Parts: sequence; structure tokens; C-alpha cells
Amino acid sequence: MSHAAPTNDATEGYALSFDNLQVTFETAGPDVHAVKGLSLAVKPGEVVALVGESGSGKSVTSTAAMGLLPGNANVSGVAKVGNVNVVGLDAGKMRKMRATDIAMVFQEPMTALNPVLTIERQLTEALELHGIAYGKEATARAVELLALVGIPEPAKRIKQYPHQFSGGQRQRIVIAMAISCDPKVIIADEPTTALDVTVQAEILDLLRELKDRLNTGILLITHNMGVVADMADQVAVMFQGNLVETGTVDQVLLHPKHEYTQRLLSAVPKLSPVVIDANAAHAEQTASKGRELVLEAKDLVLEYDMRGTKFRAVEGVSFDVAKGEVLGIVGESGSGKSTIAKAVIGLLPVAEGSLSVKGHNLPKLSPREARKVRKSIGVIFQDPAASLNPRFPIGECITEPMVVHKEGTKASRIQRAMELLDAVKLPRSVVNRYPHELSGGQRQRVCIARALTMNPELLIADEPTSALDVSVQAVVLEMLQDLQRDFNFACLFVSHDLAVVDMLADYVVVMQSGRAVEQGKVKTVLHAPQHDYTRRLLAAAPVPDPHEQAVRREAWRTLNATK
Amino acid sequence: MSNTNKKMPKNLTSIAEVEDAKLAVASETSKSQSRIVLERFLHHKPAMISAIILVLITLLAFTSIGYGPIPGWWKQSYLDAGAVVNGGKPTMSLLPTWLGGSGIQIGEHPFGQDSIGKDYFALVMNGTQKSIIIGVVVGLVATVIGAIIGALAGYFRGWVDEALMRITDLFIVIPLLVLAAVLGQIAGRGSSSIILLAVALGLVTWTGLARLVRGEILSLREREYVSAAQAMGSKTSRVIFKHLLPNTIGVIVVNATFAIAGAILLESSLSFLGFGVQPPESSLGLLISQYQNAFTTRPWLFWWPGMTIVAIALSVNFLGDGLRDAFDPRHSGKRRRRAGLFAMPTRKEKP
Repeated sequence: MSHAAPTNDATEGYALSFDNLQVTFETAGPDVHAVKGLSLAVKPGEVVALVGESGSGKSVTSTAAMGLLPGNANVSGVAKVGNVNVVGLDAGKMRKMRATDIAMVFQEPMTALNPVLTIERQLTEALELHGIAYGKEATARAVELLALVGIPEPAKRIKQYPHQFSGGQRQRIVIAMAISCDPKVIIADEPTTALDVTVQAEILDLLRELKDRLNTGILLITHNMGVVADMADQVAVMFQGNLVETGTVDQVLLHPKHEYTQRLLSAVPKLSPVVIDANAAHAEQTASKGRELVLEAKDLVLEYDMRGTKFRAVEGVSFDVAKGEVLGIVGESGSGKSTIAKAVIGLLPVAEGSLSVKGHNLPKLSPREARKVRKSIGVIFQDPAASLNPRFPIGECITEPMVVHKEGTKASRIQRAMELLDAVKLPRSVVNRYPHELSGGQRQRVCIARALTMNPELLIADEPTSALDVSVQAVVLEMLQDLQRDFNFACLFVSHDLAVVDMLADYVVVMQSGRAVEQGKVKTVLHAPQHDYTRRLLAAAPVPDPHEQAVRREAWRTLNATK
Repeated sequence: MSNTNKKMPKNLTSIAEVEDAKLAVASETSKSQSRIVLERFLHHKPAMISAIILVLITLLAFTSIGYGPIPGWWKQSYLDAGAVVNGGKPTMSLLPTWLGGSGIQIGEHPFGQDSIGKDYFALVMNGTQKSIIIGVVVGLVATVIGAIIGALAGYFRGWVDEALMRITDLFIVIPLLVLAAVLGQIAGRGSSSIILLAVALGLVTWTGLARLVRGEILSLREREYVSAAQAMGSKTSRVIFKHLLPNTIGVIVVNATFAIAGAILLESSLSFLGFGVQPPESSLGLLISQYQNAFTTRPWLFWWPGMTIVAIALSVNFLGDGLRDAFDPRHSGKRRRRAGLFAMPTRKEKP
């Protein structure tokens, strides 16, 4: 490296090291102390996982190492990339170090690539900027990189644009860009959070392989304990800007010392042991006698109208949910699981088949009758930030269904709002607050309260916890379970997380590209899966135990090899 | 964060607990979004100064010569001609005697007199009244039409959107001045009612807002709270008017102010061309057009109405800027420079 910098023997040999790093943000209100004295080191060829929930300061730490913090951030302490302290480093020198010394893999591969430039242009950009290769040579190197990250036919596909690749392939390309200039350290900021589990497993495999081959250090930022168990050598746990625990992956995940780490680990929903065995008993069908059916779908077909051409999102799916039961629908993105929820709440017409709520076939009802039926359906959506009207105070949000169905007086509505706030364990004083004053988990509890306002007989929960932190998710899931016991409603629970479904649901439907590939009782389907796809899903979901995860990783590889 | 930390129980070990504890100790009064916006707006200096200027001009215009049958405190009427005193020069003087002026005084005709001896102050005030009425009425009419058309097009999409947007396009492609001139002639001739002219102008200037609101609604309608409202069985009208339109209020208010400024200028142009307000009623544009030839000999006949137009239009524009920054702080130039990801190098710790 050309930049002269004082070398420090203590940090010699580290790819990336922090020493008493402090970051404070100036805001309109009081200053926010985001990172409070962090010390951490990443050796070449080693993966250090920085774990924490939102607001813990983990992303701020990595952004500080890249020198990409916004202008209102005050940084002190030492952040060394190789031997150069990047805190307060001149912008020009910092720019030269990016890509060659430190590179980044972003969370969202969709937005990390420029949609109007070809992959070739984007891959060769860094090479040419840093004077590593030019012209044909750069292209040749880019093709090599694509081959390295496992893109088939790299020489042909390099001329394509980002939208012509799948989400997993795009993330591979982002990784190829990150390794293009042989950086000493790669910061991977939630590299698999936006991806499906099976794709996540492939990307993690790739990162592991590349790290060994190139001897790069990886700072892996994640909230997913399963990913940590799968990838990391060292783990650092952050909470509220403090580093509360560091150690090897075995130490931290199996014998956590700090109370926060212990609670974080216990909050992770776990799949009970799975028998991935072809000889297990065949999954039974859901039809058993004496159940009071609330929702019933028969040969359901749902279509999206894409400018004249019909796209079949769901094809021939049948299921039923009875009072007091929870039916989980699992699948990866594009499997049509949310489409089913949409159809039940009446946001999408039924193309074929029947969908009946308490014996009323929804497609056949007049709008007025449909409104009446909808009164008995409560809905919880995925994104708590978007599912409450920002202009309504919480009290009004909760009582809105009563206003819509012209039920109750003002006093009785307020009374009902209070009862529901008690039920979701929020202080009664929040009725006059606005959604932006609550955190994500609290907002999701308000959404649950709103869904229960009309004493629904059916609750539709569309990925209700996937936008929440693990510990918050645990609180919300527990609350849902309690409420379900108390109110005894039927529940359609849509999720991509098998562990959450395992914890909550009685029955499950596994969906793949619009079709139900396997369905039945949770304990048969998830614990003795028959269909290959279910097995792949189960094997791909990482668990927060490094030893068990190693076993699962092998199982995943064999499953893939036999495919 | 720091002020709540003191009252918070220590040693919390879960994000959920921390958040709940914060909520429990949060003592500051709850602020609705509109309150936050209002506070931001009140801190916007150019907007506040503009608001004061605008209020003063409005008060002066309406109280001085009165409106309709209500008499004002200014004794001379804009309709009565009289003897031209001292070549019609303004009698107002703002230079005190010790600075070599003729002392602070208003005099008989502070803005001077026109060629037939009408009091020019009364004329300009009359014109200002017209401009303000036109601005407000056009702003209201254009905003209501634009918001409703935009909301319907954005919400229903499909053929409703197609039809409404093609109508909008039609209004856009017709030259505004020509259309307004024809409508203004029809509206202005009959009863010489300024309100009719304003409504006519409002009917042709809603297009920009309709497109903006449509765009906003198109993105807002995909939000989950809209789905939630639909799922609980809300009527379409409730979804549009309770959930969607209030959330576009930023776009609407900001554009209403710009529509007002535009309308004032449009009226001036129309009157200047002779299609707007007809004599003996007066308007700022009409005054300028009537006395454009007097610019070299009696420049005040041009400057007073001219400067009033500029003052009103600028104030309204600044007000709009202030509102836009208040509704969406990300759009204010000052903050954007500071918050951009790659905008500035990381600062070192302050000494």
C-alpha cells in the first residue's frame, strides 16, 4: 500500500480493527450516541459476525470503516483497515482504499446494482478506477469474477442488465464486485436478509468458499443467529451502541455470558428436530370430523391481470381452517402465499374455485353482503410502518372498524380501544399518540389490537413479524398465541419462516410457485417432510447452533447433490 | 434519547423492554404530524416574514377603501376624478427633514394621481383587492378540482384514469392565456363580477395539481393501511377522503400557494391585455397597461402597481417554499447538503 501510516504492532496482521470507536450523530434534538467505545478485530480469512438488533449501532460501525457516514456524524477512536486509520482520513485517500482494501456487500441486491448499466460496465468500473485492468483485460477479469461467484455462462451473461438476473444471482454479482480488487476485508451488511432461505444457503456457501480461497477477512453484520452459526468464527454482540459480548462462535452461541445475549438467543424461534427421512409416515390430510369450519378454499385459482395477460399466482389450492385453529402457509417469495391472504380479505377477486368464510362463498356475494362477512375478518399486515394511517391517532386507528361498520357510541368505542390496548399490553395513554411516536413492535401490537376490534372469527396475519427484531418478534408471537387462546379465533398465518410456523400453527400448507406441494399437520409436514421442496426448505433454514448447523449444512449439500 | 435515558430503568436486556420503557417514561406531549409541520413552518423565517407582509397588504387593501358597501378609512374614492395637483406627483414622503427630505407625511395623494385626477392610492388598493380575491378564489377552485380529479384517477386507475388524464391533457395543450382570455371575456363582460372571472380561471388552471395528486395517490394506495381500510370493509369514498387525500395534504397545500401566485400573475397579464377586469373597476395589471406610456414622465403610475404585484407574488411563493420545507424537510436545500451519504467527508471530533 502506498499511503504512509504509523504502524502499530498490536494491530499488525489484522485486516480490520476498531479501537474505542465512538460515533455520535448531531440531530435536531439531543445528540445520538450510536456507538459507544467499540473495540474489535478481524483477521484475514476469518469471519467476524457483528450481531445486534435495530438501533444497536452495528451498521454505523461498518459505515464508519468505509468512511461513508453522513456529515452530521462525529467519529472518534481508531478504525484501521490494514494499517491505515480511516477515522478522519482525507476523502481522496479514503476513496482510493475503497474496493482495493475494503469492500462492501449490501443488503438489497435489487438496489445495489445500477439498472441502466450492463453487468460488464459495473464490474469493470472498479477495476479501471483503481488502475488494475483496462479494456479487454478488465472484461476478461470480470468474466473470471463472474465464473468465480458461480454465474453460468459468464462470457455471455456479462452483457446483460441487472433485471435479467434472479435475486440470488444479483447478490452473487454484488459479491463479485466486492472481491474484484482483492480487498483485505469485506463488510457484508445483512447480505442474505432480502433473500429466500434456499438462496441464502447458497450465498453463504459462496461467501465461505471465497473467504477461504482469497484469504479475505469478512465482517458479517446480521441479526440472524442462524447465519452467525453457519458462517462466523468470532461473534461480537452489540446492544444500544455497546459491545456486550465477544468470543468464538461456540462460546457466544452455546454458552452466552451476558444476559442480553442469553435472551436474544432464547427469543430465536427454533424448529424442533427434523427427520429428513424418506420412510417417514405419510402426511395425513386435514379433514377430520367435528370441526367448525371458518374458512374453506376448494381448488382456489387466483390470477393477476398484467395489462391484459393473466398471470396465475395460485393454482388449485384447497385448505380449511376451523375455529380455534391456526393454519400456516409457508413458501418462498413468489409462491403465492400472500396472494391467498389478499383474496381472503377481498383485495383480489377469485378466478376459479370457491373460497368461503363461514359457509358464504366470497366470489358469489354482493358487495353489501361481502362487507358484512368482512366484519368477522381481522387483518395484520407485514410492515407496521405502513399499515397505520400516519394521520390517525392510535385510538382512532383501533376503533376504525367500529366507525366503518357504524357500531357503538363514542364512549363505547373509546372503552373498546382501552380494553384492546390492555390486551396487547400497551399503556392506555397511547390512544392519543400518533403511529410515528411508537416503535415497530409497538405499532404491530396496535395492528393486532385493530384486527381484534370487531371480535373477528378469522384472523389473517400476513408475515406479521418478518419486519421485526428477534426479541420483539418473540413478544409479538407470544402475544398472538395468548390472544388466540383467549379469543379462540381461526387464524391464517402466512410466513416464510418455518420456525415461526412450527411454533404457532396447527396445520400447514407448503407452497411452491402457486401450488400446494405438501399440506397437513405441522408435526407431520415439518417434522417428517415428504416432498423434496419441503425438505430443501427445512434444510436451508439455519439454526443458531454451530454444531447442529454444520450437520444441517451437510444435509443441505447432499440434498442439493441429489437434485 | 439522552433525556429519556435518565428516567429509564437500567439494565434492560431486550429491545422490546427498552422500547416499552421509553414509551412509559415519554413525558413530552404527543404531537400530531400537522403540529410538527406547523412548528417547522413557524421556524421558517422567509415564510414568516412573507406571511406578515401578505397579511399587512391584505389588511391595508381591504380596510383602506372598504369592500363593497362597507366604507374604509381612506376618504377618497377610486371612482372620483378631481383636479390634478402638482402634476399628480405622490405626496408621500418618508425622508425626515433632518436628512434633507420634506418630513414624514402622507399627504392628500400618497401614491399620486392619475391623468384625470383620480387618487392613485385608492386605485392601487382596489387593484390589490382584486388580485387577492382572484388569487384566493382561483387557488381554492383549482385545488378542489385538481385534488378530486387527481384522487379519482389515481385511486381507480384503468379507464377512469385514462379518461380523466386525457381531459387533463386537453386542458394543458390549449394555450392557457387564450383559453383564459375567452373565458375571462365571457365571465368579465356580463356582470363585471371579479368572482366569476376567478372561477373561470380556476376552471383552467387545475391541471398541474391533478397530475401531482394522481401520482401521490398512485403510490399511497399501495400502502398497507389502505389495504387495511379496504379489508375492514370501508367504503371507497371513506378510503379516498379519510385515508388517501389527507396524506397528500403536503402536495396540495404547497401547490395551492403556487397556484395563487400564478393566478395573480395570470390575472395581471389578462388585464394588461384587456381581457380581464374592465374599467371603471381596476386591477393591478389593468393599471400597468393603462399607464405604460406614462412610464418615462410619471413613473409612479407604473411602479406602485408593479411593485405591489411583485410583493404579493413573491410573498406567496416564499410562503409556498416554507410550507414545502415544513411538510418535507428532506427537500430543503440546507439539510440536503448535510445529510447526503457521499456529500461531505466525515468530520473529525470537535476540539
